[in-house]
Amino acid sequence: MQLDIAFIIEKVLLISVILLGSLGIAMYATWAERKVAAVMQDRRGPNRAGFMGLLQPLADGLKLFFKEEIIPDRSTRFLFILGPALAMLTAVMTSAVVPWGPDIVTDNGVISLQVADINIGILFIFGVVSLGVYGVMLGGWASNNKFSLLSSIRAASQAISYELAMGLSLVAMLMMTGSLSLREIVEQQHGFWDNGYFTWNFFKQPLGFIIFLTCAFAELNRAPFDLPECESELNMGYHQEYSSMKLGFYLFAEYINLFISSAVIATLFFGGYNFPFMDEVAAGVSPILFAIICVMALLTKVICIILFFMFIRWTLPRFRYDQLMRLGWKSLIPLALVNMVITGAVILWVIK
Amino acid sequence: MKLTNRAANINRDPMTFGEKIYIPAIAKGLSITVGHIFKKKATVQYPEEKRPFSPVFRGLHVLNRDEEGRERCTACGLCALACPAEAITMEAAERKPGEEKMYREEKYAAKYEINMLRCIFCGLCEEACPKDAVYLSETVMPTNYTRASFIYKKDDLLIPHPHKQESK
Repeated sequence: MQLDIAFIIEKVLLISVILLGSLGIAMYATWAERKVAAVMQDRRGPNRAGFMGLLQPLADGLKLFFKEEIIPDRSTRFLFILGPALAMLTAVMTSAVVPWGPDIVTDNGVISLQVADINIGILFIFGVVSLGVYGVMLGGWASNNKFSLLSSIRAASQAISYELAMGLSLVAMLMMTGSLSLREIVEQQHGFWDNGYFTWNFFKQPLGFIIFLTCAFAELNRAPFDLPECESELNMGYHQEYSSMKLGFYLFAEYINLFISSAVIATLFFGGYNFPFMDEVAAGVSPILFAIICVMALLTKVICIILFFMFIRWTLPRFRYDQLMRLGWKSLIPLALVNMVITGAVILWVIK
Repeated sequence: MKLTNRAANINRDPMTFGEKIYIPAIAKGLSITVGHIFKKKATVQYPEEKRPFSPVFRGLHVLNRDEEGRERCTACGLCALACPAEAITMEAAERKPGEEKMYREEKYAAKYEINMLRCIFCGLCEEACPKDAVYLSETVMPTNYTRASFIYKKDDLLIPHPHKQESK
């Protein structure tokens, strides 16, 4: 087998750019979260470190790095360290299948702005998301602390319950797209308006979108479903025994997850890198510039979704555990099934 | 039995479908929180921006001098007597000849200490003083690391000499 050096370099470059980019965005997501929280509570938020507090994430990161690292005596040492590593790993792994922009066609060949265009992209995402539970579960269990264990059990049951509804809500969408590849799903949403209707899946599957979004909140362990880190009941949650950068990795992984899942939502429902009048723009500018515009369009959507996540977090109170389970099993799953039946009927008799 | 007329009636009807699907409630909540973006911030940016004290604010004590720079305190002990927290101690001394420029009366306070950890800043010392010697200023007590540093000596309390300050 011959190694294609150019191909490897291209992919390594792309991976590092995506990795660094998502780390940077996650860093500033922590800053944005604090700013959003402050603004909604009539405060100002971080504004001392640098202009508008823009150096605050750096300061936070440095603080976490320099703190003393404590590993509890009775913990399972290997798993204790594996927990945050796994959380971080699964958080960034999903970025591999998200198409960040269209192919750049140059004279020398085609540069793809997607790390791996696998034909089961959505299945891959689901697989990695389910793996994400292990980070939380291992961390909580290895801490040898009752509260951590309770919290990680909650996290696991919550994630598993909501994954069902999440999958079912996507099945309806997949019935329309007929493909599991994220690239193909994005390309079907080309432009904004086609054949007398919107091309974006959000307008074709509004109910599916709402179910998916709710499940995304639950999968991300974010308010109103942030039961795993419920301070009032479980002290701090599964990362109670963690300190220093291991705690930082847990918190950071959450924000990377936020970014990546916003990217997935934008890709699945809001047309990914597509934007209105993109054909006119593509005709006017060079392919590289067009690709940059497309990536910017995707990032704009992602940032809007992240902001929406934050607005929701600072608006809604936390669900009670039984309410959470009732919503997941008794409302969202039947709703997703009904959505599936309706979609099937529409495809069968209306669209044909 | 009704004790007051203030009891609020709570609607315990089962939720309607509109309430159950929860989305209108989320929209309403979002409209409230998003509305707060445009509201005035409650924060006072402290080191740059200070809120004015009330005109009756009572802060750190000062020991006053008269117009010629002589200490007004005669160590009568009325402030110590008035003090509910027993924060003030003093020792009196007799003025020697030649010290007329330093002390106004024949008796003065050789030692005058206020324990700021005991002081409750009630201002009763200020009211008790017959010689207008002790006043509560508009300065907030600064923090420190040791207990001893909170016992303010006479040198810490006395206001600067008016003429010496001019010559500086």
